[in-house]
Amino acid sequence: MAKKLMKGNEAIGEAAIAAGAINYFAYPITPQSEVAEYMTWRLPEVGGVFVQAESEVAVGNMLLGAASTGKRVFTTSSSPGISLMMEAISYMAGDHLPVVIVNITRGGPGLGGILPAQSDYFQAVKAGGHGDYHSIVLAPASVQEAVDLMILAFDLADTYRTPVIVMGDGMIGQMMESVEFPEKYHDPVNPETKDWPLTGAKGRKPRVIKSLFLDPKLLEKNSFDLAAKYAVIKAKEVRHELYKVSNKNRILITAYGTMARICQTAIDELEEEGISAGLFRPITLYPFPEKEIYQEAAKKNIEAILTVEMSMGQMIEDVERFIKGTKPIEFYGRTGGIVPTPNEVKDKVRQMLGAGK
Amino acid sequence: MAKQVEVVMAGFGGQGVMTAGQLLAYAGMDEGKQVVWIPSYGPEMRGGTANCTVVISDARIGSPIINNPLSACIFNRPSLDKFGALIRTGGLLLINSSLIDVVSGRSDITEILVPANDIAIKVGSPKVANMVMLAAYVAATEIVSFDTLNRMLELKMGKKKDLLAINYRAFEEGRKLTGKVITTR
Repeated sequence: MAKKLMKGNEAIGEAAIAAGAINYFAYPITPQSEVAEYMTWRLPEVGGVFVQAESEVAVGNMLLGAASTGKRVFTTSSSPGISLMMEAISYMAGDHLPVVIVNITRGGPGLGGILPAQSDYFQAVKAGGHGDYHSIVLAPASVQEAVDLMILAFDLADTYRTPVIVMGDGMIGQMMESVEFPEKYHDPVNPETKDWPLTGAKGRKPRVIKSLFLDPKLLEKNSFDLAAKYAVIKAKEVRHELYKVSNKNRILITAYGTMARICQTAIDELEEEGISAGLFRPITLYPFPEKEIYQEAAKKNIEAILTVEMSMGQMIEDVERFIKGTKPIEFYGRTGGIVPTPNEVKDKVRQMLGAGK
Repeated sequence: MAKQVEVVMAGFGGQGVMTAGQLLAYAGMDEGKQVVWIPSYGPEMRGGTANCTVVISDARIGSPIINNPLSACIFNRPSLDKFGALIRTGGLLLINSSLIDVVSGRSDITEILVPANDIAIKVGSPKVANMVMLAAYVAATEIVSFDTLNRMLELKMGKKKDLLAINYRAFEEGRKLTGKVITTR
């Protein structure tokens, strides 16, 4: 298919359709409102349904109900809206329901601002709702990758019957880049091909989807089942990308999403002044590429790790955890909607190497 | 490093800076280049100024955030105050001299005055000042061809034939500026 120039938000909407997901529930919020705008005219063209709910709490519960029918369902929102969905996300994790949730993250806490941020890492990766659960978390760094990861998100949600969060900062939603969609779109998933959805029990044994287990043994079993599922996800679904990683690197930078691209430019420019740094970009934030970051950090030539985020330091806690003290680790971040520039990243690297500005 | 050009288009909301930037990005993409178009979507949009950045490159584009762009097309005075000092040494600055009666005062960049609104009114609509500016920019940088630019314009505006004609005239006049009216200092 020919390349199109699309805003990230619109491309995310189209990608869902490409994945056969035509059941969409949402409430507008900057900086993701263009997804909803796009879906208002695009979904009717493909026979889909868009319900604009009265709030994000309602969106969460509509997703829960719709996901239990076995169809591909999704929502898009931004930070405060995602917080309102947390109860339902916890329920859907406990219910083993497939659902895709897009968070075009903005600055927080509270109502915060409308500009890009990465300060929802803890919420997404550590289970923002209650209970022993995880969501798979995918972090695109370009509009094309947002499309690719959206399609992957629906496949992962179906394969593992779990919530999947696609987390792009406001920049991913707002910028336009060229994108390509698959030649052939996925047909909407037929719930009859699955053995768990609630499709009407006529002629078969009733099925029950629930997260309430008053018998502690049964509740513990559900947590064991979830943990077993996460073990498989950790073994099979880790994704990451390296940029200019070599045995000349003195610094290994870790960053995800738009922040990783900014670090990429900083790395290119540092190279011109003779400073060698490489980039480790997690694509799956959960499961985190833990073995991979350990291996890269442990390499002899790496003097220190630098984690750069649009937050006060969230992913750095995982990086620290997984490199197991093998190397010193430093942090650089801006927040509140302020995006660190390549110059700021370069200054930090020079300072770490004692090279001054 | 790969050949990369960045341009900031900045002005009041309604001057068409977003559209001009998008058209340039479409043209770049059509010519097989990597492109990024980013709007300012901060609260300042509601206050009046609007800007977008377009990056066109031969290779994968890193940071979509540009500290010091290579070039800028400036449509109003507040935007000149904001971006005039940020342009990289050796860069290019196009100023809408119909609305801005000052210059950047920089001697390390090429500065071109484009009476975009005056020309737009002459060709039939003040709304096409953005296209005059875009054409002047493309003529000065040759970042994309006018063939591509014309095709993209038709693609985006094909149904409104009368508007299309005015836009083409704006392109023609803007393009002519490079060799003639344009002052370089």
